[in-house]
Amino acid sequence: MPEPVAANAPARSPEGHAGVGTGSTGTRILGGLVLVGLVVVFVLAFFVTEPDLVQKDIVRMLYVHVPIAVVTLYLSVAVMAVASLMVLWKRSMWWDTTAAAAAELGALFCGLMLVTGMIWGRPTWNTWWEWGDVRLMTSLVLFLMLIGYLAYRRMLVDPMARARRSAVLALVSSLNLILVNRSVEWWKNRTLHQESSLIEGKLEDLTLFTLFLAILVFVGLFAWLMIHRFRVGWLEYQSETAGLDIALAERRAQASVDVDEAVQHPKVEPGKQT
Amino acid sequence: MSVIWAVLQKDLRVESRSKIVTSQVLPFALIVLILFGLALDADRAALRSFTPGLFWVTVLFASTLAVQRSVAVESETNAFEALRLTGAAAWQVFAGKACALAVQLLAVEAVLTLGVIIWYRSAIANPVLVVTAALAATIAIACAGSLYGVLAVGEGVRDTVLPLLLLPVLTPVLVAATRAFDDGINTAAVNGWSWTLLLGAFAAAYAVVGSLAYAVVMEDA
Repeated sequence: MPEPVAANAPARSPEGHAGVGTGSTGTRILGGLVLVGLVVVFVLAFFVTEPDLVQKDIVRMLYVHVPIAVVTLYLSVAVMAVASLMVLWKRSMWWDTTAAAAAELGALFCGLMLVTGMIWGRPTWNTWWEWGDVRLMTSLVLFLMLIGYLAYRRMLVDPMARARRSAVLALVSSLNLILVNRSVEWWKNRTLHQESSLIEGKLEDLTLFTLFLAILVFVGLFAWLMIHRFRVGWLEYQSETAGLDIALAERRAQASVDVDEAVQHPKVEPGKQT
Repeated sequence: MSVIWAVLQKDLRVESRSKIVTSQVLPFALIVLILFGLALDADRAALRSFTPGLFWVTVLFASTLAVQRSVAVESETNAFEALRLTGAAAWQVFAGKACALAVQLLAVEAVLTLGVIIWYRSAIANPVLVVTAALAATIAIACAGSLYGVLAVGEGVRDTVLPLLLLPVLTPVLVAATRAFDDGINTAAVNGWSWTLLLGAFAAAYAVVGSLAYAVVMEDA
């Protein structure tokens, strides 16, 4: 089955070479919208919304930390898991490239989530890191799993073997997401994290609006990064397979030259007549 | 069932002849136990109170070596291909290898238990809990190790990647086993049985995932 072509594939250069850029009209519009959204969220978060009665100004970290956590936990890992499942089902490099792109962004956002969480934790809980906190620990483990997944991908040579084996690794790693998500509820006495403020309806109108807008903007940012990373990954894959094709063509050409030479100048062993 | 038994017997027979676990993995585990004692300045009170954590960290380190050995038995002679050609179901091969690995790890843990009793002066308060938790944790380690061990071999893959892949996956097992042992040797007031139950859930999850995924990873090993 032929591989599906990437939607909104990047334009070709005047010389006809693919992969001169990963931008397209769609991504430029999306990028512009995300940029405007980030500015609006910044203004709302830092100048318009009120500080919290208890947490004061540090509550503004909510507008960064929560969207990053949502993108990391629910989007990156979910996309990686679904794409990996599709790799095992369809044996498709398109899905493998999608899984790899999602994992890379997942690692990036998971790292940011841990850093912003620590920045929030220092003034709020009076500690940068709490070893006994299950949410922190399960998130750190998820981060290490994603790093391991990316390191593993770089080692495998055969693209299809890499796709299949990485898919297994990704699916096992994504099981950890359940632990990360439910840890606050399952181990209530072993976490400093509060339960979801969104679900409990604790937030006021403007805070809630800003938070939802921030989540929307970060989802847009994730989509924009995802498209670009996917296109880079797809070009890498094409370059890999093109390299193999070129090597095969060169070998075949060399073999045909050898045959021609053998026909035109047959080697005659001493003492034997042709 | 006969395939599982055959693979289990094969791996244990290979081990009984090569003696890699007894001559390399076990001494390594004991060295780690001694190093912890030295690093903690031979403070008996600290060693006793940290015994559960030190014990299971040592087991995890030793398990990476045991897993590498378990997979090397097959990969060095291209035996995975031969196993596939026998027509045996991949999940049966997985189960056989995981059982063999579990038996070897249990042997290592038995010696380590003597080590912590002698060197760390720890005493087992609840033997049933300790044995049950150790069994559940070992099955979880053996199942995850058997799957990740095969992932860490193949064209271009270096075996140095195994700890990077395996240890994060086993972190929940480390936490749960340590808590269960805390109760079993009276170093902390926790409910060890609830942690043992969690260990059982991990063991079951790794066993199911490993059985399902082994066919895929064995293909390219």
